[in-house]
Amino acid sequence: MNSGSTTLEHAIDARGLVRRFGEKVAVDDVDLTVGQGEIYGFLGPNGAGKSTTVRMLTTLLKPTIGTATVAGFDIINSADDVRLRIGVALQDAALDPKQTGRELLDMQGRLYGLNPAERSTRINYLVDIVNIGDAIDDRIKTYSGGMKRRLDLAAALVHQPEVLFLDEPTSGLDPVSRATVWDEVRHLNVHLGMTILLTTQYLEEADALAHRVGIIAKGKLVAEGTPAELKRMVGADVIIARVPLSEIDRVPEALSKIAEIDHIETRQDEVIISAARGAATISPVAVALSEAGISVSDLTLRTPSLDDVFLQTTGERINSADEMQSS
Amino acid sequence: MTATDIQQRVHARQSGFFHDLRTVALRAIRLTLRDSESIGPALVIPVFFLVVNIGSLQSFVERNSAPGFDFKGFQLPVAVIFSVTGVSRAGSLVIDIQDGYLDRLLLTPVRRATLLLGLMVADIMLVIALTLPVIAIGTLIGVHFATGLLGVVGFVLLAGAWGLAFTGFPYAIALKTGNPTAVNNAFLLFFPFAFLTTAYVPQSSLTGWLGHVATYNPTTYVLAGMRSIVMTGWDATAIFKAICAIALVGSISFTLAFTALRGRVKRS
Repeated sequence: MNSGSTTLEHAIDARGLVRRFGEKVAVDDVDLTVGQGEIYGFLGPNGAGKSTTVRMLTTLLKPTIGTATVAGFDIINSADDVRLRIGVALQDAALDPKQTGRELLDMQGRLYGLNPAERSTRINYLVDIVNIGDAIDDRIKTYSGGMKRRLDLAAALVHQPEVLFLDEPTSGLDPVSRATVWDEVRHLNVHLGMTILLTTQYLEEADALAHRVGIIAKGKLVAEGTPAELKRMVGADVIIARVPLSEIDRVPEALSKIAEIDHIETRQDEVIISAARGAATISPVAVALSEAGISVSDLTLRTPSLDDVFLQTTGERINSADEMQSS
Repeated sequence: MTATDIQQRVHARQSGFFHDLRTVALRAIRLTLRDSESIGPALVIPVFFLVVNIGSLQSFVERNSAPGFDFKGFQLPVAVIFSVTGVSRAGSLVIDIQDGYLDRLLLTPVRRATLLLGLMVADIMLVIALTLPVIAIGTLIGVHFATGLLGVVGFVLLAGAWGLAFTGFPYAIALKTGNPTAVNNAFLLFFPFAFLTTAYVPQSSLTGWLGHVATYNPTTYVLAGMRSIVMTGWDATAIFKAICAIALVGSISFTLAFTALRGRVKRS
């Protein structure tokens, strides 16, 4: 397949991707399209299959079944063509601590066939945009975690890729470093028109950065859309009532007569009530629970989050899914 | 970001084989120079053996050998073999695997074979760098090269070739296991090669099973070739046998190493 990135509709087009490790199915029949110039957020807990999908799309791993093109090239048969057009920052900053930042970026540039003038120009430019400063000439082992992440991002950008893969780019970073990375991601997308696929387990990150979000759980893509579309799946507003565990089974019955309620979910001692007009519904909810003799320790109203979407599509909160995966 | 930034377009392209080899080798050489802690022992240990072996065995061996036998010249190749056998960047390759840096390299269009060959270029430079001081110390204690300066060059080349031939084993272990302990234990391979041979006495003095094993040990022929250069002059047969022994070991170790590399990068 030939490239022609300016005429491609999809920067990434994956069909029926499956990846098995022995008996374990890490990625299960994932279809994925990412448009040119789009930021696509791949949201899911640890072990959901995000990184495995990225490793397939970036040619590090062959799919067991399925096909995909990235920047117009087949990931299996035209792997080198894909590699020339993608930049990748993997989950853990993949750096060589004994080199200086400049040496590492220069080596990256050499491996992408850039001439000395191009390498010099690109390194100076990247040092500026990822804000490494004079530390670029220090050994990488002296860098902080945030600096290593930013250098890793710079290494992914040396050759001006068409498609950038960021695998959990802010995992483990402090809030300030995280905000810096977010700014850089927006910057690359807005000013260079770079297509970006980022995986994350942070709901707010997907919400803040991605034009479209795909929710992956247990290897399957379970929902996809813009953050606003996904939130609309849940309902306009969310009312959360905290009640004793012994009384939680009685809640749906107690609220059954309130017509404004779209959906009720229970999770441990929480009742999550979706309603188109939350402000108008919260009072009837409080009254109905009181009349049913159910004691409410906490009653809150908020707009839906991607966590609510995750709960609705997978039956679990993203954090509890994470705990289950890691346990 | 300004319009100027956007105009800084570069064109990524696949480089040639030798360009990639040079790139990988330059990094390996740079890091070798920064790993001074690994160079020191590689130099001290053979010098120690050279001095101790000569001090303890010279009189005994020379007394029981043909008149004019030069035990110092006989021991110099042993010291060099001790110095260069097993020298490799396999330990740093394991660190690259564990740190994910090998994945970063595999994400580029670099030609895969150069990832290993580039390290070997650094190895051969280190092997030569280790050989020269040992020769210098040998000269200081009275070793004289029967083949002159050209012989020194030939001697260094044989040592370098042997060191390179042996590097395949630790690389194979590094790539297969990704385990630093396994790589560190690769030095155990060195013992049969280094000691079940003519390390201390001529082959004619070896009897029984040791003499038999030494006959099949390639190191015996490498030592014989190197000793001929030091002690007797150009001996085409001995040097040819040394080259064959090096080629045999190299073909086995490189086959193992490149098979392991293929396994590591095959994406399955």
